[in-house]
Amino acid sequence: MSKFNIQLVTGIFVALGIAAFTYAAVNIGGVSFREQPSYTLKARFTSISGLRTGAVVEAAGVRIGTVSNIEFDPETYEAVVSLRINQNVPVQEDAIAAIRTQGIIGEKYVKLTPGGFDELLEDGDEILETESAVSLEELVSKYIFGGGSSSQ
Amino acid sequence: MIKALETLGATVLESLEMIGRTFNLLLVTVWEMLQPPYRFYPIVRQMYFIGARSISLIVISGVTIGMVLGLQFYYILERFGSTDLLGSGVALGVIRELGPVMTALMVVGRAGSAITAELGIMRTTNQIDALECMAISPDKFLVGPKVIAGILSVPLLTHIFDFVALFGGYFVGVVMFSVPEGSYMNGMVDAVQWVDVRLGLVKSLIFGLLVTLICAAQGYYMHLTKAGSQGAEGVSFVTTNAVVLSSISVLFADFLIGALLQ
Amino acid sequence: MSSSTANHGVTGNAIEVRNLTVDYGTRRILTDIDLDIPSGKVSVIMGGSGTGKSTLLRCILGLKQPTAGSIHVLGTDITKASTRQLYQLRKQTGVAFQGGALFSSMTVGENIQLALREHTELDENTIQIMTRIKLDMVNMLHAEHMMPSELSGGMTKRAALARAIVMDPKLLFFDEPSAGLDPSTSAELDELILMLRDSLKMTIVVVTHELESAFKIADRISIMGKGTILATDTPEGIRTSSNPEVQGLLHRKPRTSVLDTEAHLKALMGVRS
Ligand SMILES: Nc1ncnc2c1ncn2[C@@H]1O[C@H](COP(=O)(O)OP(=O)(O)OP(=O)(O)O)[C@@H](O)[C@H]1O
Ligand SMILES: [Mg+2]
Repeated sequence: MSKFNIQLVTGIFVALGIAAFTYAAVNIGGVSFREQPSYTLKARFTSISGLRTGAVVEAAGVRIGTVSNIEFDPETYEAVVSLRINQNVPVQEDAIAAIRTQGIIGEKYVKLTPGGFDELLEDGDEILETESAVSLEELVSKYIFGGGSSSQ
Repeated sequence: MIKALETLGATVLESLEMIGRTFNLLLVTVWEMLQPPYRFYPIVRQMYFIGARSISLIVISGVTIGMVLGLQFYYILERFGSTDLLGSGVALGVIRELGPVMTALMVVGRAGSAITAELGIMRTTNQIDALECMAISPDKFLVGPKVIAGILSVPLLTHIFDFVALFGGYFVGVVMFSVPEGSYMNGMVDAVQWVDVRLGLVKSLIFGLLVTLICAAQGYYMHLTKAGSQGAEGVSFVTTNAVVLSSISVLFADFLIGALLQ
Repeated sequence: MSSSTANHGVTGNAIEVRNLTVDYGTRRILTDIDLDIPSGKVSVIMGGSGTGKSTLLRCILGLKQPTAGSIHVLGTDITKASTRQLYQLRKQTGVAFQGGALFSSMTVGENIQLALREHTELDENTIQIMTRIKLDMVNMLHAEHMMPSELSGGMTKRAALARAIVMDPKLLFFDEPSAGLDPSTSAELDELILMLRDSLKMTIVVVTHELESAFKIADRISIMGKGTILATDTPEGIRTSSNPEVQGLLHRKPRTSVLDTEAHLKALMGVRS
C-alpha cells in the first residue's frame, strides 16, 4: 500500500476515534465546551451517602444545575456540597435542598424545592434548609425501633 | 520438592528480570525519542497497523458485546421491573470497563502478537544488530513508533468500540425489547458523568502503553532469554508469552486504576 | 606481542584486540585472543565452523560485551566506550552479516538507502543515484525493487555488501562473502573487495571458508582454532606454516578422529574399546 493511502486511512481512523470520543464526552458525559453562565451555592448535609460530583440538581423534575464539588467539614462533621446553578434560575433564601434517589437503587441527585421569601441567594451563599440522604438501613431501623434517632 | 522450589525461584527471578528490562526499554525509548531528528511518518505507519487495521475487528466485537450486555441487563432488570435503567447499565458498563478492557485485549491479539513476532524475528536474524551497526538506534527506529502509536491508537479504538457497543445495547433494548427510547437515552445521559468518560480514557491510554511496551520488550529482548537461541520456535514462544503477559497486565491494571481513580 | 597502547596512527593498526575472552552463559567461546588488524589492508579470518569467528566479529562491532580484555577500534576502547562514542565509530563502519540481516519489511533499495536517509541531508535524487551506483557495484541493479524474501542466498549477500558500503566506511566487515556464490560472482566480489581497499583505502576484515578467495584477497590471514587464534601471517607465511592444524585446514583434511572409521563409529555408538 502506498504512503498516501496509509496516511489517508490512518487519518480517517483518527477522525472516527475523535468523533466517537467527543460523542461520549459531550452527548453522554455531559461535558459542555460553552459553559452555561451559572452561579454556585453551598449546602451542608449531615449525610450525602452516594452523591457524586457531577450529579444532577433538579427542581420540579427539571435539571437546573450540577454538583460541582463535595467537601468534608471536619469541625461540624458535615458534608459541604457546592451546587452550580444555571444563572437564569433564582433560588430563594428559604429554598430547601434535599438529596434524593431515582427509584430504589438509582442515582443520587439534589432536589431543590423553592421557598416563599423574596430575598434571593447569590453566588457563594449557603442554602440553610437541607435534607440529608435517607439510607435504606436508617429507614429500616426507624421502622423497627419506632423512630428513635441514631445512637452511635 | 527442592527441585520445585528451585524452579519457582528461577521463574520469579526471571520474571523480575523481565520487568526490569521492560522498564528499561521504556526509559531508553523515551530518552531516544526525545533526541532529534523527529520523524512522524513511522508513527503514522504504526497507527495504521495497530489502529486503522483493527477497526473492523473492534466494530464487530463492540456491537456484539453491546448486544450481549443489553440482553443480559434486560433480563436481570426485568425481574425488578426497572428496565428503564437499561441505558445507564449498558453505558456505564461499556464506558467504564468493557470498552477499554476488550479493546486492549483485541489489540493484544491482533497487533501485540505481531509486534513481538516482528521484533523477535528481527532479533534472531540480526536485523536489530544491523541497525545498531548502522548507528541507528533500534529503540528509536523500531520500538518508539510502536509504543507511541499504541498510546494514541488504543484510546481511539476504545471510543469507537464504546460507540458501537452503545449502539448494540440500544438496538437490543429499544428495537428488540421496546424499552422506551426516551428512558433509555436519558438513563444513559444521566448516569454517565465526565468522570466515567475520563476513567475510560485514562484506562485506555495506560493499556495502550502497557500492551505495546510489553509485547515489544518480549520480542526485542528475546536474545536474553532461553528462547533466544531457539530460532523460529523461540519466536513463537516469546509471542505466546507476550500475549499472556500483556493480557494479564491489562486486567490487573484495570483493577488497579479502578481502585485508585474510581 | 606489541604493547597494547592503542594509537592506530603510530602502530598502523585499525583494530587491536588484547586478551579477549568471551562467554555465552557458562560456555567459553573465545579464550585470551590477541589480534591486530592493519589499516588499509584486507585481513582474512579463517577457521572451522563454530570456532568463534562470528563471535569475534560481534565483539569488535560492540554487539557483544566480552568477559575480559580490550578492543581498540580506531583508537577507542569499545569495551569501555559510551553509546555516543560507539555510534560515532559505527558511522565509519560497514557490516555485512553472515545471514545478510536485510530489513525484511523494506525493498533492497530501501535497505541500502536507510543509512543515507538517517545520517545525511542528501536530496532524494542523489540518494537514488547513490543507491544505484552501489547496487551496480555488486551487480544487483535488477533487484532494486525486490523484497529480501524474494532473493537467493547469493543475492542476499551481495545486497548486504551494497548496504554495508553505502556510506563509504573506513572499516568494512564481511562475514562469509562467498559462501553459496557461483565461481564467477565470487571472483567478482573478490575484485570488488580489492577495489574498495585500493581506491577507497578501506580497512577490510573478511571471514571466509573459501581458501582460493582468501589467498587471492588477503594481505594477512588469521587462522582460528577452537576459541583461539592459531596463526596470523601473510598468505605466504600461512601457506608454509608448520602448524599441523593450519595445514589441516589448508589441505581440507578431515578431523583425525574421523579417519579411523571403525573406531569413530564405535565411539558414536557408545562402545568403549
Ligand atoms: N547467541 C549464542 N548463544 C549461545 N552460544 C552461541 C551463540 N552464538 C554463538 N554461540 C556459540 O559460539 C560458538 C562460536 O559461534 P560462531 O557463530 O562465532 O562460529 P563461527 O566461527 O562463525 O562459525 P561459522 O563458520 O559456522 O559461521 C559456537 O559454538 C556457538 O554454538
Ligand atoms: Mg560465523
